[in-house]
Amino acid sequence: MTVSAKTVFDDLETLKKELIRCMKCGNCMSVCPIYNVEKKESSVARGKIALGEAILSENIKIDDETLVKLIFNCLVCKSCMLACPSGVRFDRIILGLRSAIVKKKGIPFVKKALFGLLRNSELFDKGMKAFAAMQGLFLSAEEEKKRKPRGFLRGISSRFDEKFILPELSRESFRDRSKEKEEVSLPQATALFFTGCSVNYLYPEVGDDLIYVLKENNVTIITPKKQNCCGMPVMVHGDIETAREIAKKNIDIFEKTEAQYIVTVCGSCGSALKHEYPIILENTEYEERAKKWAQKVYDISVFLLKVIKFKEPKGKLNLKVTYHDSCHLKKSMKVFNEPRQLLKMIPGLTLVEMKKPDACCGSGGSYHLTYANTSLKIAKEKAEDIKATQANVVCTGCPACMMEIFESLNRFGGNCHVTHTVSLLAKSYKNERAGNV
Amino acid sequence: MIDREFIDKCKNIFGHENVLTEKAELIAYSYDATPGIPRETPGVVVFPENTKQIQELIFLARQTKTPIYPRGAGTSLSGGPVPLSKGVVISFQKMNKILEVDPDNLTATVQPGVVVAELNTAVSKFGLLYPPDPGSMATATVGGTVAENAGGLRGLKYGVTKHYIMGMEVVMPTGEVFRFGGKTVKNVTAYDFTHLFVGSEGTLGIVTEIICKLIPAPKYRKAMIAFFDRLEDAGKTVTDIVRNHVIPATLEIMDKVTIQTVENFAKVGLPTDAEALLLIEVDGMGKDSVEWEAEKCVEIIKQNNGKYKIAETDSERDSLWQARRAALPALAQVKPATILEDATVPRTKLVDMLIGVQNIAQKYGLMIGTFGHAGDGNLHPTLLVDPMNSEEMAKVHKAVDEIFETALSLGGTLSGEHGIGVAKLKYLKNEIGRSGIDTMRRIKQALDPDNILNPGKLVPMED
Repeated sequence: MTVSAKTVFDDLETLKKELIRCMKCGNCMSVCPIYNVEKKESSVARGKIALGEAILSENIKIDDETLVKLIFNCLVCKSCMLACPSGVRFDRIILGLRSAIVKKKGIPFVKKALFGLLRNSELFDKGMKAFAAMQGLFLSAEEEKKRKPRGFLRGISSRFDEKFILPELSRESFRDRSKEKEEVSLPQATALFFTGCSVNYLYPEVGDDLIYVLKENNVTIITPKKQNCCGMPVMVHGDIETAREIAKKNIDIFEKTEAQYIVTVCGSCGSALKHEYPIILENTEYEERAKKWAQKVYDISVFLLKVIKFKEPKGKLNLKVTYHDSCHLKKSMKVFNEPRQLLKMIPGLTLVEMKKPDACCGSGGSYHLTYANTSLKIAKEKAEDIKATQANVVCTGCPACMMEIFESLNRFGGNCHVTHTVSLLAKSYKNERAGNV
Repeated sequence: MIDREFIDKCKNIFGHENVLTEKAELIAYSYDATPGIPRETPGVVVFPENTKQIQELIFLARQTKTPIYPRGAGTSLSGGPVPLSKGVVISFQKMNKILEVDPDNLTATVQPGVVVAELNTAVSKFGLLYPPDPGSMATATVGGTVAENAGGLRGLKYGVTKHYIMGMEVVMPTGEVFRFGGKTVKNVTAYDFTHLFVGSEGTLGIVTEIICKLIPAPKYRKAMIAFFDRLEDAGKTVTDIVRNHVIPATLEIMDKVTIQTVENFAKVGLPTDAEALLLIEVDGMGKDSVEWEAEKCVEIIKQNNGKYKIAETDSERDSLWQARRAALPALAQVKPATILEDATVPRTKLVDMLIGVQNIAQKYGLMIGTFGHAGDGNLHPTLLVDPMNSEEMAKVHKAVDEIFETALSLGGTLSGEHGIGVAKLKYLKNEIGRSGIDTMRRIKQALDPDNILNPGKLVPMED
């Protein structure tokens, strides 16, 4: 039974009370990565809020083609929400507006509208599908070694140019090779590993490292084979109905396990489970269950340091590391201290902060394809900041950031290795076992 | 009129990429940060990159009698950049270069789109400071703050924008480029044009380059917070501090409503039964003098029955400031919207003004939290409102009228730092009288005979 739902995702009128909180003070302009590059009012939260107001007062139609492009020109990085003095819930506003556009015109319309930003609609459709699934479809076998995008991709976004390099792909996904349950003797906890698509398809080694780290800490790990995408990619495209379906399916899967906690290694997945599910499932029979599970979701760094008894890493890693704050990990999940704490515990490792560690990397899911020009400028600034630290490793808590930073460092010339916090930790434990302390 | 021909000419002048014409883009230029004023969508938005382009636009606008609205970051609080009669918005976001920092002459030369905080980051490398610090300094542009003569928290000791502008380049409404002032401390050549253009709210000319005065950044500072059971004691503390020849860099006040709201929202440990709170920070180049000033303040607080906390470390200082920083965010949580005023009175009338505002709140059954810059008598009575409740909004408008009346009756002014714009235009005559209005009109007509520069702001052209 579905309870009659009246949330910002179902009824645009309910957005009024969110929009009205915005004083137009402009504080969001000082932190918006897109505004920083484009310098237009429509780039930033308050401009988009003004557009929302104009839609509600029927000053502009919701399917106005420029309006649609402007409403989708947002990374949903939530930086503005931290800077907002009146607590405007801009995530609800932007997703509510996108959802209304999709409801009115359908997903194909949105894709077509965004297509104006790209080169070829048919290929874009393929690309979107491929990207939504975050699948390793991007490379042809013979091109794989060169890690160049497949021919068809080149037509999709100006980002797929001759300089573009994709991360190395594994032939086997993480969940294909992982066990449904990894038991340890005398477990101190049982955690469900929510892998997320990027780890599953693109960075399975991050999944391996997580398993290794949790086993070192005597945690039993359940990795349900049938877990779904977290839903974030469809949600940010305004397809709230699909996001709701995915969320419900995931909750059903969680409930079939005996997991006490859910552990994530991706800022976006963690933020979806912890913050977005309770919002999109408001007024449904899943609301309370979503809230219950949300309380059990932890980023791996917090799980290790705050939830269980943590085994300190002793293996030496002689590395100069800089840490990039994933937007969703810091600004949504409020996790930024723990990863740094973990890194500082590793013997031999020096942590050097870059200029603006919490500035967005430019990825924003598929944003870097649809709004390639703006994204590239954001990415360039990040790459320059990383290079300036002269670190040999840049580490972050989100595989989407890893992908973007890998690509932009390659493009803008940096020979800094990109990795995940959990991988450095696994390496330290391994060195310890090898006697390198 | 803005027609296709006009837009084509704009594209020729500024280049395609620097002209916005789509309705959805233009809607985002229909406002600034002022609550409750009319909005209007401009006909076109242009992004100049140099002075010559602005000159060409002026010629085009004069021929076609098209109004021009200069815009910095649009964080202003009196409606300055709102394009009331459609027309052209000039956004200075792409004229944002710091042209020079001259540490020997203590000046910085900037384009108008430079963000105030970024100017300060640049000059801090030389141990220097550009003191005007409006609340929006992380976003506001130097050009915008010059046009509005913006103030800030440091006003009492360091003054406001007008005290830090030494010269500028202006494109006149008739199209001539006019440079005046310079890097010399002394300059009495011609009229004092700097003081005419600072605070002219974009009605007399378009500022395209600014020479800012810098000062050595103070090396030491000491912050404290004090609580009082009686408003009168807080008011007397403020005047006593100044009478004892201590001029704090910051001397901020929060009333009971604000204290309770902040405590409720931020849980920073404020006593909710206190009638008033003062945040005081003294600074200077010498450690001893800063210590002496701090001790003097403590002595005065005690004499006036205040309780106090003094910050010994940077993190303690941050926690004291947290209360002040939380004032507006906390008040904004209570109701859907806030209306922030800036009526200002002589320092000695501070308590009368606070009591006056409290009486007005009671009379209309409204919630008004007052905080602000006690040291310079610049208060921010903040009305907490629900714009969808028309009955309440009618009361709000009456209350605002009475707040201004009270300020003027105490020898104060309509606006300490936000400007007149459109928001306070109807009150202007109450302060400067018929002769003032006539003088303003004559100046406006002499410089802008076609009335194309920011029409409808600051100068009431009709009775």
